[in-house]
Amino acid sequence: MSARTWRGLTYGVPLAFLALFFVYPLVSIMERGLSSGDDLAAAIDVLTEPLTREVVWFTVWQAVVSTALTILIAFPASYVLGRYTFRGRGVALAVVTVPFVLPTVVVAIAFLAVLPERLERGWAAILIAHVFFNVAVVVRVVGTFWAGLDRRVAEAAATLGASPARSFREVTLPLLAPALASAASIVFLFSFTSFGIILILGGPRYSTLEMEIYNQAVRLFDLRTAAILALVQLVCVVLAVWVATRLEQRVALGGQRPRERDVLRALRTWGERAVVTASLGMLAIFLGIPLVVLVERSLAIGDSYSLEAYRALGRPTDAFLATPWEAVVNSVVYAAGAAVIALVVGGLAAFAVAGSRGGGSRLLDGSLMLPLGASAVMLGFGFVIAFDTEPIDFRSSPWIVPVVQALVAIPFVVRIVAPTLRAIDQRQREAAAMLGASPARVRREIDLPVAGRALAVAAGFAFAISLGEFGATVFLARPDSPTLPVAIFRFLGRPGDLNAGQAYALAVILMAVVAVSVFAVERVRALRTGWV
Amino acid sequence: MRRQVTVCYKAIAAFAGAGALAFGVVACGSDETPTDIVLVTHDSFVISDDVKQTFERESGLRLRILQSGDAGELLSKALLTAGNPQGDVLFGVDNNLLSRALDGDLFEPYESPLLEQVDEDYALDPEHRVTPIDHGEVCLNYDKAWFSERAVEPPRSLDDLADPRFENLVVVENPATSTPGLAFLLATVARYGEPGWQDFWRELRENRVLVADGWEEAYNVRFSGAAGKGERPIVVSYASSPPAEVIFATPRPKEAPTAVVEDSCFRQIEFAGVLRGTRNGEGARKLVDFLLATRFQEDVPLSMFVFPVNRSAVLPPAFTKFAVIPENPLELPAADIGANRDRWVKEWTSIVLR
Repeated sequence: MSARTWRGLTYGVPLAFLALFFVYPLVSIMERGLSSGDDLAAAIDVLTEPLTREVVWFTVWQAVVSTALTILIAFPASYVLGRYTFRGRGVALAVVTVPFVLPTVVVAIAFLAVLPERLERGWAAILIAHVFFNVAVVVRVVGTFWAGLDRRVAEAAATLGASPARSFREVTLPLLAPALASAASIVFLFSFTSFGIILILGGPRYSTLEMEIYNQAVRLFDLRTAAILALVQLVCVVLAVWVATRLEQRVALGGQRPRERDVLRALRTWGERAVVTASLGMLAIFLGIPLVVLVERSLAIGDSYSLEAYRALGRPTDAFLATPWEAVVNSVVYAAGAAVIALVVGGLAAFAVAGSRGGGSRLLDGSLMLPLGASAVMLGFGFVIAFDTEPIDFRSSPWIVPVVQALVAIPFVVRIVAPTLRAIDQRQREAAAMLGASPARVRREIDLPVAGRALAVAAGFAFAISLGEFGATVFLARPDSPTLPVAIFRFLGRPGDLNAGQAYALAVILMAVVAVSVFAVERVRALRTGWV
Repeated sequence: MRRQVTVCYKAIAAFAGAGALAFGVVACGSDETPTDIVLVTHDSFVISDDVKQTFERESGLRLRILQSGDAGELLSKALLTAGNPQGDVLFGVDNNLLSRALDGDLFEPYESPLLEQVDEDYALDPEHRVTPIDHGEVCLNYDKAWFSERAVEPPRSLDDLADPRFENLVVVENPATSTPGLAFLLATVARYGEPGWQDFWRELRENRVLVADGWEEAYNVRFSGAAGKGERPIVVSYASSPPAEVIFATPRPKEAPTAVVEDSCFRQIEFAGVLRGTRNGEGARKLVDFLLATRFQEDVPLSMFVFPVNRSAVLPPAFTKFAVIPENPLELPAADIGANRDRWVKEWTSIVLR
């Protein structure tokens, strides 16, 4: 394969995938909503309505506050993980990651179980759930970046007489700024478009843009208002993604960074041990309680504890046309399919992104992030109308779910694989070429073995992320083959102890599957990778 | 899924020359008569196994049930695919959302011969694009024990809810997200007219009415008279809720623990229709007939807790004993509902929630 063909492939496949399965359905549904002529007047009506202003205001407000709180709460843990080495450091990094890949539905019902009734639905619940969900982003981005900062700089400041506070404020913080900003923009993006959490925890009074899009499209069938709101959301998301990619560029260009093991220090004093224990302990309590309560609730049926909810999973239910156990199997199969698609598409894109620092590769990287922020509700609806005629009657195809899930997993694959490819010493490639290796052979014998581990890590993450996709899957999964998050949501809407118990039991199973895949990934991880 | 017999699937994963990636399913159809029929319906639809088998035996068709969310979501998805439907018959659009379905040109007209056994009051569409199947009354329910223990008079009418003695006691559903919630909003419009209903809801808000997203949360979690043992003794539910409390309790109590405020009831009628673009019109019409026949009609009280529209259907004893069929439920002309529903819901949202 010539270099040109390869380049065409690395750009062409991801772009074609994005065009066919993201742009086309989204444009179809927007067109359907906005094809009645006086759209501009309608748009102005929608945009000037007090309700819209309130929704936009609340969306931005909760995203900003969620981001600030997440950084505040994750900062101590980022510090200890970025400065110290100790037994269990790797485990700690893995454990904070579990909430992030948990499906939003599971996070929401965990908080439904743990919060006092007064706080159960409303802004406080939303903020707490968002922090819980996003702590991993900050710890991983900031913590790993911190672990790459030369500690001699801060030490020099101390030698010159700066107090620890001053040296932190004037030396460390500015150095950390790009990582903090990058983490913040990602958390902002997730909080801004969050759907499952708002749907379950928001209650009738609090609505975000994505929730309002759902209300308009699904509940009122006002596709025009939904389309206008979706455009507003898309503009906000494009801005956020643009800021995020620019900031990440600065992180990536951080120059030759010292190795982690030269930076991390063993714990020496009792004071340091206390700091590490306290900051990780507090985080463990915050992250642990909802998960423990989830397990407890899955066992509490009636007035006593039993495995009844788990036993009931094997029996048919009214909630959907399959046994809940089949939902577990479906989910795993779908997510595996999605991981394969994401690995192929995202892996190729990673080669394109790592291959150059030009505008083209940045644009590709940014475009592939868009599905994370576009309205999942509109995308789901778009799939229903875009692929409804032969030759691609996709609505009833089992492929539809993994394809949608892959859209969400691809950006993660790119972010994990591309930095690893970039880190390959260019001189090694040149040496091989000089010795007569063709470009294809260089790729095969130098790039692939190095990327192999990153690809394995990416596969694990893609699998975990796909398992949890809810916003679009809920429209596309067929009632006779629901996924776990969809099954959990359906059980939540049904009366009685046993239905609630089964929702909790499925959430526990889902959590276990996610945890196993995250831990498997941590074992493979050897090279420092991107932000996940 | 409905094409499972006449269609063969081929999953294609092809790398085209320029690197385009396509996953598609190609249908290679044939013109055989389908041997299955798909009923598209909401999540609350329940049919007993033996009743389903009766239909399959009599018609020779396999009945597949495609549930797609609550009543609102069901209708939206159907409208999205109007003319190219995902099934043959839709069941579960009610009188309050009917205009949205008819405006969307969802159905093919069909006048079932069994309509003779149904009161004309229920057949709201003279063109027979939809056929009435069941009705239920949305009413205030209250927890009898709560009021007798405290020696407080329970509510007797809608007016009472604004009384300060019921402060903090009422839970209703959000009309934007729940069909009983919408029916109850319409009940207040029918009773007080405009702008009376807006004032009534302002008073309810003063009285700290609690709004839940859906019936499940309101009744099972917030209401004190149901299994969830919530804190509020007055809830918007159905006239058939008291018999449900009796039937599902062990041991069965002698009388229902909850009661209905008859003055507050609003009628909800559920319809079925043959979806325009069905692959199997004849089978679809057979299914509509079946939904109106006594076999299915006598199944609905205990499976879905609604009342049959067919006069010849016999009610189960628990229903005749514990259920109230309000004599003069509140009603609004379907045209009024169609013209104003969305505006009313919007106004309600800004009065009660903002």
